[in-house]
Amino acid sequence: MARVTIDGHTIEVPDGTTIVEAARKIGGDIVPPTMCYYSTLKTSGGYCRTCLVKVTKGSDKDPRPMPKLVVGCRQTVMDGMEVQNITSPEVLEAREGVVEFLLLNHPLDCPVCDQAGECDLQDLSYGHGDEGTRTEFRRRTFPMRNIGDKIKLHMNRCIMCYRCVKVAEQLCPERVHGVLNRGWDAEISTYIEKAIDNEWSGNMIDVCPVGALTDKTFRFKSRVWFTKPLDAHRDCDVCCGRVALWVSGDAVLRVTGRKGVYHEIENTEDGKPGWICNTCRFEKKNLSDWVIEGPRHIDRHSVISQNHYEQLKQLKQDLSRQKLIGEKAHNN
Amino acid sequence: MGRQLLLDNLDKPGINTLNGYQETGGYESLRKALQMKPEDIVAEVQKSGLRGRGGAGFPTGMKWSFLAKPPGEPRYLICNADESEPGTFKDRYLMQRKPHILIEGMIISSFALGANTSFIYIRGEMMYVYHILQKAIDEAYAAGYLGKNILGSGFDLDLHVHCGAGAYICGEETALLESLEGKRGNPRIKPPFPAVKGLWGCPTVVNNVETIAAVVPIIRITGEEYAKIGIGKSTGTKLISASGHINKPGVYEIELGVPVEEFIYSEQYCGGIRNGKKLKAVVAGGSSVPVLPAELILKTANGEPRLMTYESLAEGGFATGTMLGSGGFIVMDEDTSVVKNVWNFSRFYHHESCGQCSPCREGTGWMYKILSRLLDGKGETKDIDLLWDIQRKIEGKTICPFGDAAAWPVAAAIRHFRSEFEQYIKNGKSDVKHYYRINNLQEI
Repeated sequence: MARVTIDGHTIEVPDGTTIVEAARKIGGDIVPPTMCYYSTLKTSGGYCRTCLVKVTKGSDKDPRPMPKLVVGCRQTVMDGMEVQNITSPEVLEAREGVVEFLLLNHPLDCPVCDQAGECDLQDLSYGHGDEGTRTEFRRRTFPMRNIGDKIKLHMNRCIMCYRCVKVAEQLCPERVHGVLNRGWDAEISTYIEKAIDNEWSGNMIDVCPVGALTDKTFRFKSRVWFTKPLDAHRDCDVCCGRVALWVSGDAVLRVTGRKGVYHEIENTEDGKPGWICNTCRFEKKNLSDWVIEGPRHIDRHSVISQNHYEQLKQLKQDLSRQKLIGEKAHNN
Repeated sequence: MGRQLLLDNLDKPGINTLNGYQETGGYESLRKALQMKPEDIVAEVQKSGLRGRGGAGFPTGMKWSFLAKPPGEPRYLICNADESEPGTFKDRYLMQRKPHILIEGMIISSFALGANTSFIYIRGEMMYVYHILQKAIDEAYAAGYLGKNILGSGFDLDLHVHCGAGAYICGEETALLESLEGKRGNPRIKPPFPAVKGLWGCPTVVNNVETIAAVVPIIRITGEEYAKIGIGKSTGTKLISASGHINKPGVYEIELGVPVEEFIYSEQYCGGIRNGKKLKAVVAGGSSVPVLPAELILKTANGEPRLMTYESLAEGGFATGTMLGSGGFIVMDEDTSVVKNVWNFSRFYHHESCGQCSPCREGTGWMYKILSRLLDGKGETKDIDLLWDIQRKIEGKTICPFGDAAAWPVAAAIRHFRSEFEQYIKNGKSDVKHYYRINNLQEI
């Protein structure tokens, strides 16, 4: 076990835990934002540099501070390590720089982007970015590439987090897409336009932190904050069958995996991976296909957590609590 | 001219063949090394004080001692011949003229590290050097210096030359490993370091061509003798690729500790500035190290003469110093535009960024575009501060040192030649074309 202090909060975690995982156990504002790290995907993280933190004390054995800022998603904790995240102006400045770099060539087409409202980059730029932009150059554009009839690839929005590549490597039977070209011109694509078509490919949409990979069956149907999230399940031979339905009226507009606080697909209650198959995602679009469990709680500060359904539920809870308090007071 | 340990006997005909090399005492160090214990060779290299010649200057003996030695796992030695730093051409010259010294060094080093398979990763553009090396390796196999049971010592070694596809980033050691494994040349995130988990997850040492070649004279003359050359922690000889506006550009082997002034102006080295012009600036160690104006490269901020050593060139930090780096010594005369020079460097870094982490992918391109605009005479005063801010946000925030390498030249150019940037902005396009000279060039 290792004791680590992050922004003054101390926690004991198993050896080999990363700084980000330790911070997530503490929770709250001190959790470094992540764009490319995905806890359930191996070797993810380290690319986007948004989780840079300052290690002011290496460990009890070697108390020297680390000379450079380190990536919290890859750096493992040592016993006695002290980390500064939001208490370090250096970290906040570096993060502001990273946000600026990520947005430098991002089209900022949120008004027409299906991801808007549940976009990690949107949240990040509101939370850590600067107002306005300092670039005066034409933004980088890529030709549209068709990667199949289920997934829409919009390369201009991509931030090169490599998550979809890791999904293809670790989840899909074979990887047919990857990163082509280098540096400024690097793009996600299939080699010689080839459809990505396998049972698990839809999870690429769920892991994409921005609107680069979106669901073609949901494209332009509705803004996400107008749809009601419901927990539902069905018996599926391929996957766990536990999903979130995004419903408008009686119509199931979209099916996704169940995402947790950090916008990552959660494991099921019995510890199985929560990835869902393409049949569940794209083909089961009737409410009758599913067993509805109840409204889904969206525990994020983004705009969809403000939906009416959720508020109504909250209101009911509040009312019943007040009623309870009132009754208690009356009885006393 | 000081002692020549690597470039000796270069004029001898046939030095690039096995027989010619053997006639000058080649492979004698190998015979001597095979009589020694591997740990004694490592100790000898540690005693010599040899430092990595690829740019970072990390002590080679220490790097070798870090190599993990788990039982039952193979170890690898890789020679980094992906020399692509603008201004550096020493490794190519050495491999082209004296390929056997590298092969002999590889065998000795592999023996010292216990590696039975070793690789030379050569840059794709240097295909003709690849053929020279391959021919030399074939000769070495035929003579029994490579293969099974080398010279009856019981030590086996297979040496392969692998040709990269010509990406600058593959000179970064972990990107090199990825490339050698057949993957995209993206740097890995450290830790784990290659000494623990390198090629195919096995302990690996990656060394520069010149470093490995220097092991041969170290064994020949012993580590103590080698450590006597040079000053302080900068021991031995170093190949310097001198280029730019000098009378005699080329590769020179210097004893570390030669004064910079002597190196530029003496007849045995660069032979002074071309056409009797004045010295304006020097990039002392390849494109990624900070450029220094003439008054700071010849004398440190304290007024002491600057020497060609790791320490002396770095004296004063980046405020008034630079780095020895890989030894790519680029000299600029009074007619050179530093803005144009830094634009050229930033174009290079923009082109070569691997695109893995965001500050480098986006930042290098942004800096290049701003500098292009400046060069077109369309720059604004705020651009200088913007460039400064961008480089500050790239430096130290990236996975590999590429981000630093891209940021430092821009930072140094602004730090030392800000007036020149302002001149470009003030005079607009019409003047930019003809404007090269700086008005306040100091008398030396």
